[in-house]
Amino acid sequence: MTATTTSRVVIVGASAAGLAAAETLRREGHTGPLTLIGDEPDAPYDRPPLSKETLSGAWSPDRLPLRTQADLDALDLDTRYGREAIGTSVAEGTVLLADGTEVPYDGLIVATGVRPRRLPGTPAHVLRTLDDALALKDRLGPGRTLAVVGAGFLGAEAASVAAGLGTHVTLLEPAPVPLAHAVGEDVGRMLAQAHFDHGVDLRTGTGVSEVVPGGVRLDDGSVVEADTVLVAVGSRPNTEWLTGSGLTLDDGLVCDEFSAAAPGVYGAGDVARWHNRLFRTSMRIEHRTNAAEQGMAAARNLLGAQRPFAPVPYFWSDQYDLKIRAYGYLRGHDEMRIAEGSLEERKFTAVYRTGDRLTGVLAAGMPPKTTRPWQQAIAASTPWRQATSLLEGAAA
Amino acid sequence: MHVEVDVPKCVASGQCVLLAPDVFDQREEDGMVVLLDDNPPAELHDAVRESATVCPAAAIRLEES
Repeated sequence: MTATTTSRVVIVGASAAGLAAAETLRREGHTGPLTLIGDEPDAPYDRPPLSKETLSGAWSPDRLPLRTQADLDALDLDTRYGREAIGTSVAEGTVLLADGTEVPYDGLIVATGVRPRRLPGTPAHVLRTLDDALALKDRLGPGRTLAVVGAGFLGAEAASVAAGLGTHVTLLEPAPVPLAHAVGEDVGRMLAQAHFDHGVDLRTGTGVSEVVPGGVRLDDGSVVEADTVLVAVGSRPNTEWLTGSGLTLDDGLVCDEFSAAAPGVYGAGDVARWHNRLFRTSMRIEHRTNAAEQGMAAARNLLGAQRPFAPVPYFWSDQYDLKIRAYGYLRGHDEMRIAEGSLEERKFTAVYRTGDRLTGVLAAGMPPKTTRPWQQAIAASTPWRQATSLLEGAAA
Repeated sequence: MHVEVDVPKCVASGQCVLLAPDVFDQREEDGMVVLLDDNPPAELHDAVRESATVCPAAAIRLEES
């Protein structure tokens, strides 16, 4: 797609990835019609604070919009907020909306994100949208009880905020160590200890089968009572609307190393599974930074840049007084080593090996500049042995 | 171009420092953004715009003149 003055671009998904794509298209010279479709009623807003500052009440919702109205107006978008896309025909170049409208396109960017998985039984709280966060916030405070199902990043952050507001929190996690698959067992155990230290009743190795009135039923049949239940057991990519479109779906919209799903069709953000050349693997990343970076990359490649999207992913998580920052692809790592500091003091830099390469770095309580050399080494595909050769006690 | 940063929103990702090190830095103690130049020269504008788009906290605001 190169005729940037007349060609029509449609972006489905009006959150961080869709917005970054829209800004980048305009900045890189696309002057033709640009439509931004989102199923939420709001202009693009920021999600990471929902489980942090929004839930705690530290920030009011007016801090969440990603751009001012003036900034959005300057992009000259045809915005369709509160409108759900229910189908697309890649062959015909149209998106079908739930209200029956057909929106034609020459280029399409799919940025429809994910939605929370739910559990069977009584409806429970989830945490994805602003409305979700405000509804949950109303249920927190002294004298209240909350059961959080799932001790991943979202569940852990919500438990941390809820406990900080005086709520009695039970945190239920099926794995023996929370977040072990994401950050390793040692760091996971440190995070578990932080929950205990703040009075959260973390129960690992505890599966939940359903939500019941007044609590949740565990796999062993017993019931944990709680006034409020938050289900934080992961997400599903919003790809149902692409069924039958001719696009390939497999736990996300399948894209190549350029983030392309088909000629003129690109994926970006949580919904996109693409081949990251830097890590030589297919990945789908549900982190805020990736949404913006992939939105930018998709826009550029739609305009003909032909640049592989091969970032070093980044995420952060705030849990109690811990601020965790991680760069790279830690999932499925083979080894973790403390490069600096100590886990016991909760001030450390941990590095991760996958195969023979350095693939990740995670830090808590350390000056951010300590991670920068590791970040650059990951971006340069540095072999593990070389990257760690200067560490104390490293094998010769 | 006029650049503003909302320090309380910053999440210390350091993406802006990698993209535009002459305009942004990070505080040593906690990594919060430090604005080095609120009126950067034209040759840095693209890098600053990219920083604002990619900032995971939407903490960089630009006014284009």
